[in-house]
Amino acid sequence: MPHIALPQGLPGIRAAMAFRPETAKPLNELVEVLLHNPNTLAPGERELIATYVSYLNDCFYCQTIHGAIAAANLNGDEELVKRVKADFQHADISAKLKALLVIAAKVQKGGKHVTAADVASARDHGATDLEIHDTVLIAAAFCMYNRYVDGLDTVQPRDEAAYIERGKQVAREGYVAVSKSYLPAEKEAR
Amino acid sequence: MPHIDVPAGLAGPRGLMVLRPETAGPLSEMAEVLLRGPSTLSRAERELIGTYVSSENDCCYCQTIHGAVAAHYLDGDEELVRSVKQDFRHAAVSAKMKALLNIAGKVQQSGKSVTEKDVAEARDQGATDLEIHDTVLIAANFCMMNRYVDGLAAWTPEDPQFYRERAVKLADHGYLGSASR
Repeated sequence: MPHIALPQGLPGIRAAMAFRPETAKPLNELVEVLLHNPNTLAPGERELIATYVSYLNDCFYCQTIHGAIAAANLNGDEELVKRVKADFQHADISAKLKALLVIAAKVQKGGKHVTAADVASARDHGATDLEIHDTVLIAAAFCMYNRYVDGLDTVQPRDEAAYIERGKQVAREGYVAVSKSYLPAEKEAR
Repeated sequence: MPHIDVPAGLAGPRGLMVLRPETAGPLSEMAEVLLRGPSTLSRAERELIGTYVSSENDCCYCQTIHGAVAAHYLDGDEELVRSVKQDFRHAAVSAKMKALLNIAGKVQQSGKSVTEKDVAEARDQGATDLEIHDTVLIAANFCMMNRYVDGLAAWTPEDPQFYRERAVKLADHGYLGSASR
């Protein structure tokens, strides 16, 4: 039961965003750039990073919706998503993505846990500076989103089927476009 | 020494933002809305929440710059900022601020650490839903920024005067476009 009077009928972060549209805008723009916009890391890879960090932070809503978006980007491969959460080192993903997930896991504990050796290993597997930057920022951002969603005790439905459909929609349309369906209409630009 | 190649001479997140302007935009807007936008919490109070969380996350750059911004809003009261970091329950801040800092500290650990009792205490001291919302989001936002800055080992100057001078710019001009200014 939410700690504050959030709009009813909206799950997870959507209720918090509808409560405070002024912060919803940059929150949606950030995740749009990080996870949906063109990048040398595929959207599926980036959603796996977000899902994994959310799993480490034990945030049900975030790991479930981003797991669904990841699966939608990976031909519906929900098994792969489960495997990455449980044991990414033995999942069917590239060595580069494994090295980036090591970095993401370190960021989840704390920024200072990332070592030069972690970064060198990612580079050895072909990661660029931008990919390392984005991995760190995705992991850091999900440490924010997870705390926001759980810190307000938002309503997090346990019916996983609903997340699958929503995941497909976000994978197709992106976060900003989908947010128009649950945020109040924006005021006219000044 | 940063883990990636970052433009020199820009401290903390600034070099990272110049490297990646597409994410800099929303990050700066978040800071501007949360820390300087219209609010029933003063700018000093909001900067103190950010400073406290950054201190708990042991992020040198963030706690020092936001501590300097808070001190600037508080007529140079660096001692108050120090006391909030070290022991906010006995610092010279309002009972409401103490309850909000308690919530921020819980968010820093994990969103799930925030209890109904923590929230009830804040309400008893006069906190509104919006103030509680913003406290949680400010704390969460700093958990992101602290990890971003330290995760890439961004340049963290040691001279306190650097931060005092930078703080004046931030207090006067805000966070939008601040990376390259």
